Amino acid sequence: MASKKDFVKFDKVDKSYDGKVLVVKDLQLDIAEGEFITMLGPSGSGKTTCLMMLAGFETPTNGEIYLDGKAISSIPPHKRGIGMVFQNYALFPHMTVYENLAFPLRVRKIPKDEADKKIDKALSMVSLQGFAARMPGQLSGGQQQRVAVARSLVFDPQLVLMDEPLGALDKNLRESMQYEIKHIHESIGVTVVYVTHDQSEALTMSNRIAVFNDGKVQQLSSPDELYEKPVNSFVAEFIGENNTFGGEVSDISGGKCKVKLANAEILANPISVKGKGERTTVSLRPERALINPSTKMDNLHKGKIEEVIYHGDHTRVRINLLGNPEFILKVPNSSSNLDIKLGNEINIGWNSDDARALDPK
Amino acid sequence: MSSETNQILTTDGIPLEVSLKKAERKNKIKAFLLVAPLLLFLIITYVFPIGDMLFRSIDDKMVTQMLPKTFKAMENWDGQELPEEEVFAAFHEDFIKLVEDKREGKLSTQLNYTKNGFKSIIKKLRRASKKFEEGNYKEQIMAVHKRWADVEYWRAIQRRAPEFTGQKYLKGMDMYVNEEGKIVSVEEDRRIHRVLWLRTLEIAFFVTVFCFLMAYPIAHLLATLPMKYSNLLMICVLLPFWTSLLVRTASWMILLQQQGIVNDFFVGIGLVADDNRPEMMYNKTGSYVAMTQILLPFMVLPLYSVMKTISPSLMRAGKSLGGTPFVAFWKVYFPLTIPGIGAGCLLVFILAIGYYITPALVGGASGTLISNQIAFHMKSTLDWSFASAMGLMLLSGVLVIYWLYNKIVGIDNIKLG
Repeated sequence: MASKKDFVKFDKVDKSYDGKVLVVKDLQLDIAEGEFITMLGPSGSGKTTCLMMLAGFETPTNGEIYLDGKAISSIPPHKRGIGMVFQNYALFPHMTVYENLAFPLRVRKIPKDEADKKIDKALSMVSLQGFAARMPGQLSGGQQQRVAVARSLVFDPQLVLMDEPLGALDKNLRESMQYEIKHIHESIGVTVVYVTHDQSEALTMSNRIAVFNDGKVQQLSSPDELYEKPVNSFVAEFIGENNTFGGEVSDISGGKCKVKLANAEILANPISVKGKGERTTVSLRPERALINPSTKMDNLHKGKIEEVIYHGDHTRVRINLLGNPEFILKVPNSSSNLDIKLGNEINIGWNSDDARALDPK
Repeated sequence: MSSETNQILTTDGIPLEVSLKKAERKNKIKAFLLVAPLLLFLIITYVFPIGDMLFRSIDDKMVTQMLPKTFKAMENWDGQELPEEEVFAAFHEDFIKLVEDKREGKLSTQLNYTKNGFKSIIKKLRRASKKFEEGNYKEQIMAVHKRWADVEYWRAIQRRAPEFTGQKYLKGMDMYVNEEGKIVSVEEDRRIHRVLWLRTLEIAFFVTVFCFLMAYPIAHLLATLPMKYSNLLMICVLLPFWTSLLVRTASWMILLQQQGIVNDFFVGIGLVADDNRPEMMYNKTGSYVAMTQILLPFMVLPLYSVMKTISPSLMRAGKSLGGTPFVAFWKVYFPLTIPGIGAGCLLVFILAIGYYITPALVGGASGTLISNQIAFHMKSTLDWSFASAMGLMLLSGVLVIYWLYNKIVGIDNIKLG
């Protein structure tokens, strides 16, 4: 399948509700055909607004959105042919599951026997055969969610939008639904734009993630790159756990930089710092730092254990390190020989490649 | 399984059901005591008055008690020819007693309801009876006036014998029991109540329709506008509630009269000629306009409370699935508002059917309703039993509508707030 790179294209889109504050600023975003893209961000970051503009319930204040090469700002929502799953499912409470699924087919005047086939297929896709005659009120939250997904797919849209669809489910159900939606996406190859504020959901499901903050896309990349290589300190903070050191670049050379902290100096990987004297925040993932490293690491410092929290598969250790009392380490519980006791002084080492010198907070 | 039911026992050996009842008895008593004042209030202010009304509307003891001996003597009379002396003697005895108590006037009024012409002959009989001699009362009474010799009048008296009667109800429907004891309608030109009933239904129906047409968009706006506008709109809707009904009706009189503001406006824009101003008051139009305005909040509020609960994402879902805005409205939004529509229509219709002040003030002759007739009999003719009968007919009409509504829409589907 020759998939288009810019199946959906946001071109310099601005959005303001009151004419004073921009909730979406100069959005430039291409979504490829068949891609599962997630818009991730804290509430108020503009991600839902983007989705609503794509669905046609909000109009861009400036700029244009293209769907399959056509500008869609002037097309009303019902003619866009975009499937949508809403936060609270938005199932029609007065219709049975069958009628809910038949709704998009009836308005498209699809003959009944063909519609029935499509409905059967959609229901089996979400493993809800035999539920056609139920009313939405008789279904559990997870089942309602599946019906909503089936309804958004039953008329074979090219694009499906999902607005925090799993927000109302409990944790276990949410996780199994994540895989289910991911599998459905893989099996039918529809383009999905997914909005969530839950980073683990985004990391699990997406091909690419667009991290939103303050109306702008902070970073657009695959989940692993987002986690391993955040481009700024917002992304580093927002995705996963993060240890930070604030300091000033004292030297930069050969792909490494020295960062001067209050009473020490560390080696880091210069990502968004260019020269000496710049302020920076160094970001280090907890699992990249080791206690008493056996191999040689170019950062090695002593810290004092402040707190030990048992987590089953691993132990979290809070250490006061180089003036940061919130330095977190994750120690796998297989390495029980380590001397992790409250108040002990231990050696902690990490590679300068993993310590990313980003913009200052 | 064994036929013996397996009784579940608590650890103390008491059957579980008994134990449960015991445990819940306290709460039940508490709950009952909490509602007891309201129950008492309802019984005193609702059940008693309605019961009394029902009793009054069929009560016909007055004549029965005035002429006890007459009716006893009449038991053997077949009603074909003039009664025997025995009946006349009994009637005389009763009558003398009434005259002594000065209650013969009431008797004449009551008998006159049954048949016209009793008033004068009873007056004559009172005067003549002072000179009656003992014995042969039949001759003496018949000599007073020729109507006393007419068997029709004696039959009319006999018809008042039962303690209870449904004739007020028949009268409410312009019917009566004729001399042969058959139920017939009154002559066409004397039928006033049927016209009133039909007009009441008609006005209530159209007022409901108008209220619905006007309230639906308002309620929708109220439910969807941002808070600061919807609050203002809500106040506008509720303002009539906080204004006296009389004041509102009076202001409609100012607006609608022939030299009123609306007419001035019509003349001003050249819609009607100055010498041909339409009458918008003291007829049905006046009742329609004023009642629709006054009853509008009763439609808006239930609709609003239902619409408020409909998530806006449902309409969005309807549109995103390919429905035009109209289809999304008609297939998704409208069906969900039916509980509100039902509640609003029922409320407005029931209120309109018994409306009194407004039609009395702006309705004129052709815009008055059955309630005005009831009030007329309460205040002017003092025929309370007839007023009660019509009141009960109105009440049962409302109950029938309620029953129909329950059959068609289902009363659990109603939502008042």
